[in-house]
Amino acid sequence: MASQRFTVLDDGRVLELEEAAGLALAERARAAGRPVALDAGERAAYLGIAARERARALAALEAPDFTLPDLDGRPHSLSAHRGRKVLLVAYASW
Amino acid sequence: MWQALWEELRDAGLSVITVALDRSPEDARAWIEAARPTHPSLIDTRHVLADLYNLVNVPTILWIDARGRIARPNDVAFGTDTFRHLTGLASARPLAALRAWVRGETAGLAPEEVRRHLTLPSEQDQLARAEFALADWLARQGRLEAAERHFVRAGELAPHDFTIRRGSMPRRGIDPMGPRFREMLDEWTRAGRPYYRPLPDTRG
Repeated sequence: MASQRFTVLDDGRVLELEEAAGLALAERARAAGRPVALDAGERAAYLGIAARERARALAALEAPDFTLPDLDGRPHSLSAHRGRKVLLVAYASW
Repeated sequence: MWQALWEELRDAGLSVITVALDRSPEDARAWIEAARPTHPSLIDTRHVLADLYNLVNVPTILWIDARGRIARPNDVAFGTDTFRHLTGLASARPLAALRAWVRGETAGLAPEEVRRHLTLPSEQDQLARAEFALADWLARQGRLEAAERHFVRAGELAPHDFTIRRGSMPRRGIDPMGPRFREMLDEWTRAGRPYYRPLPDTRG
C-alpha cells in the first residue's frame, strides 16, 4: 500500500514526507521545545520558532533581519540599511 | 505620510521601511499605490515580521539605530490624524520624538529602557503563531474548514494578538471592518483592555 503524504512546514519551508516521517519530525520538534501546530486529519504540521529563541534575540536588542518582497516582487532586507537609522512601520489594510 | 517623512529626513540619515501584513500583494496594492512610496514598501503575507518582532497589532513602529540595534521597541504611531477620532492617538508627539532622534538632538531610549519596554513572546504566543501559519497554508490550499479550526485556535491561544484575530479575517471571508470585528473589539475593551498599547511617553 502506498503511504500517505504528509506536509511539514518548517518555519515556512515546505517538506513533503511520508506520513510516519512527517509525524516523527513534528514530534521531535515538539520535544525540542518548538511550537508545533498539527492536523493529523489534514496530514500537515507547522513547526514554529520557540519563544525562548525569539525572546533571546529581542532581549539582545539586535533588530532581527528579514527579507521581504515589494509589490513588484523585488526582495529587500533590513540589513541593507546598516549605517542609517531605520523607521520600521508595520501596517495592514485590515 | 511615511513617504513625506522619509523625504524630510532621508538626508539626515533615516531609512523608512513599511511592511504590509496582508493576505496578498493585491490587498495592499491600493494603499501602496496611493502613497507612491520611493522607500522600501514591502508585503509580508506570512507574518514573518510579526513572528520576529512579536507584533500583536498594527500600526506598530520600531526605531532601529545605525548599528542595527533596537532603539525604540514596538510602539503605536499613526503617520496622520485621520483615525484620531477612533484611536485617541495623535501623530504629532511620536513624530516629533522621531525627528529629534534622527537629527541627533536626543539620544533615544537607553538600552535598559528599551529592554524595560520590550514585550517578549510566551510559548503560547508562539504556538498561536504556528497555528495561524498552518491555518493560512490550509486556506491557501482551499482546505477552508480545517483552516478555520486553526485560525480559531490561534485566536484562543493569543486573544491579545490582533495580527491573528483581525488579520485572519480577510483570510476567512470575514469583513475586518464589519460587525464581527466590532463585536470582538467591544468584548475586548469592555473588560478594560486596550486595543492599542502605545509606549507610556507617546500618549497624545
